[in-house]
Amino acid sequence: MIMEATIVSYCKIKNNTIWVNGEKINIDNNSVDFTAFLVNLYRQMNLNYPKFFKMDNLCKLGILAAEMVIQNNSKSENFEKDKVAIFLSNNSSSIETDRNHIKTIENKNDYFPSPAVFVYTLPNIIIGEIAIKHKFTGENAFFVSETFDPNLIHTYASIALQSSHTTDAVCGWVNVDGNEYEAFMYYIEKTNFNKVGHGLNMPHTAEMINELYN
Amino acid sequence: MITYLGANNIISPLGFTTAQNLEALAQGEVAVKKQQFHFSKSVFCCSKIEDATLNNYFSAISNITTYTHLEKMCILSIQDVVQQSVIDLKNKENLLIISTTKGNIDVLEGSYKNMDVNRAYLPVFAKMVGNYFGCAITPLVISNACISGLLAIIAGKRFIENGNYKNIIVCGADIVSEFTLSGFKSFNALSDEPSKPFDKNRVGINLGEAASSILLSSDEISAIKISAGNSANDANHISGPSRNGDGLFNAVTKTLEDSKTETIDFISAHGTATEFNDEMESVAFSRAQLNHVPLNSLKGYYGHTLGAAGVLESVIAINSLASNTLIKSMGFELQGTTHELNVIKKTEQKTINSCLKTASGFGGCNAAAIFEKV
Repeated sequence: MIMEATIVSYCKIKNNTIWVNGEKINIDNNSVDFTAFLVNLYRQMNLNYPKFFKMDNLCKLGILAAEMVIQNNSKSENFEKDKVAIFLSNNSSSIETDRNHIKTIENKNDYFPSPAVFVYTLPNIIIGEIAIKHKFTGENAFFVSETFDPNLIHTYASIALQSSHTTDAVCGWVNVDGNEYEAFMYYIEKTNFNKVGHGLNMPHTAEMINELYN
Repeated sequence: MITYLGANNIISPLGFTTAQNLEALAQGEVAVKKQQFHFSKSVFCCSKIEDATLNNYFSAISNITTYTHLEKMCILSIQDVVQQSVIDLKNKENLLIISTTKGNIDVLEGSYKNMDVNRAYLPVFAKMVGNYFGCAITPLVISNACISGLLAIIAGKRFIENGNYKNIIVCGADIVSEFTLSGFKSFNALSDEPSKPFDKNRVGINLGEAASSILLSSDEISAIKISAGNSANDANHISGPSRNGDGLFNAVTKTLEDSKTETIDFISAHGTATEFNDEMESVAFSRAQLNHVPLNSLKGYYGHTLGAAGVLESVIAINSLASNTLIKSMGFELQGTTHELNVIKKTEQKTINSCLKTASGFGGCNAAAIFEKV
């Protein structure tokens, strides 16, 4: 198979630990509480994006992971944002926020479903949040699988990159369930023989994705 | 390579086969009606498959207490396609894709007495359905809001043409639950009356319940193919469509470009009957110079069936093509969008060769596909 794309950056966030392009990032004020951890990370990254505070934890995690792969891929601003795809996956869909929505309707005497909660009861809202923040208007897909499936995401992204409509893609896994959370994201770019590749320049293969994930 | 669209099924209050559903539409029947639920004093206008009816059908093939309401709908729907096509999901060349937004959300709500709460996880739900058919490949789940169903068909086409699978059954399904009714009500998005897509007096959506399945194959199993399909994001707002219809326009434009289709004979639109969605669609179709094309929304019949909608509406569209029938857009009387649309007011016979199917959803997502006679 021809190598159609390269991985230019990747990151992992799990167990209060962050790796970007294979290097561990130290967090100030590391907290065991997941929400506090996300907010600390946001502050440390100097994001200045107030919408962050409206998001559920799944989207917060997704936005931070996406930020890391986008900030660390050495790309200039000169690329077509309508050709950047976002293909993500997880195990638990939006189950944490689903539980929160159910809490608002459990008690008939205290029945206050909230649109601000309900809107986050779809996993692809993470894609929407990343798209809004970075103005990426290309292809989208959200898959739900038991565990991260490098073959699936690799295949789907490879097919998309064969089309002229897609040049880049943000791919990966973002999962939140109770106190368990995990994000693995990577940025791929179509191989362009007319220019020097950006960032890590690793081959976009299922084996490589699996290696980076593990 | 070509992806052909073959055997299909719809499980809805209007019938348990595609033929029954088409007959009901021809008679002008609608699945949405006002009904009350144990959890609320309010009356909701929605479409719901009665347990008794579902169990009556399901008991002929398996134990009704083993499966959830949604799993039974999916199994019956897929079973119909398997029987019509003799496709064996035990074969590794064949894949099942399930599109759903909320899966067994009623399990998480605690609606069952003895159901493992893990069934609320989409991969567990999909496995329950897949195991019934002895699927060799773990079913693939796509959960991408209201474009899930159409996106699953587009994904199926891509996998087939990439040589990953020979046959793919796409099943889209969602239930009407307290979860979704209360959520959409909190958005003030629900209509108390049967919804009126694209009409001047539209006030909101009806939720609907359905499962629908279709077979995609690299074999020439029918005279209709999916010639192109793409998605695009508005990057504008997570719960509202872009005012200039950017995402839908981009999805449609890319798809027209890929298909090389010269004319679109009709559009099977998303048409939820909310003020902003239908207006956005009129802007996008107008920008794509498609506002003269006959168009319908099926939400006036079925309500919004969420993860099932894209599959159900594609199944109806493909049957419309096969029978050269333009189906009336239920609930439409008066032009109600900034850009005038050619909404189908009366069901009629007309030679039609191509259909543009679109969908849009929360998270700013949009999808478009073109179905054509071969």
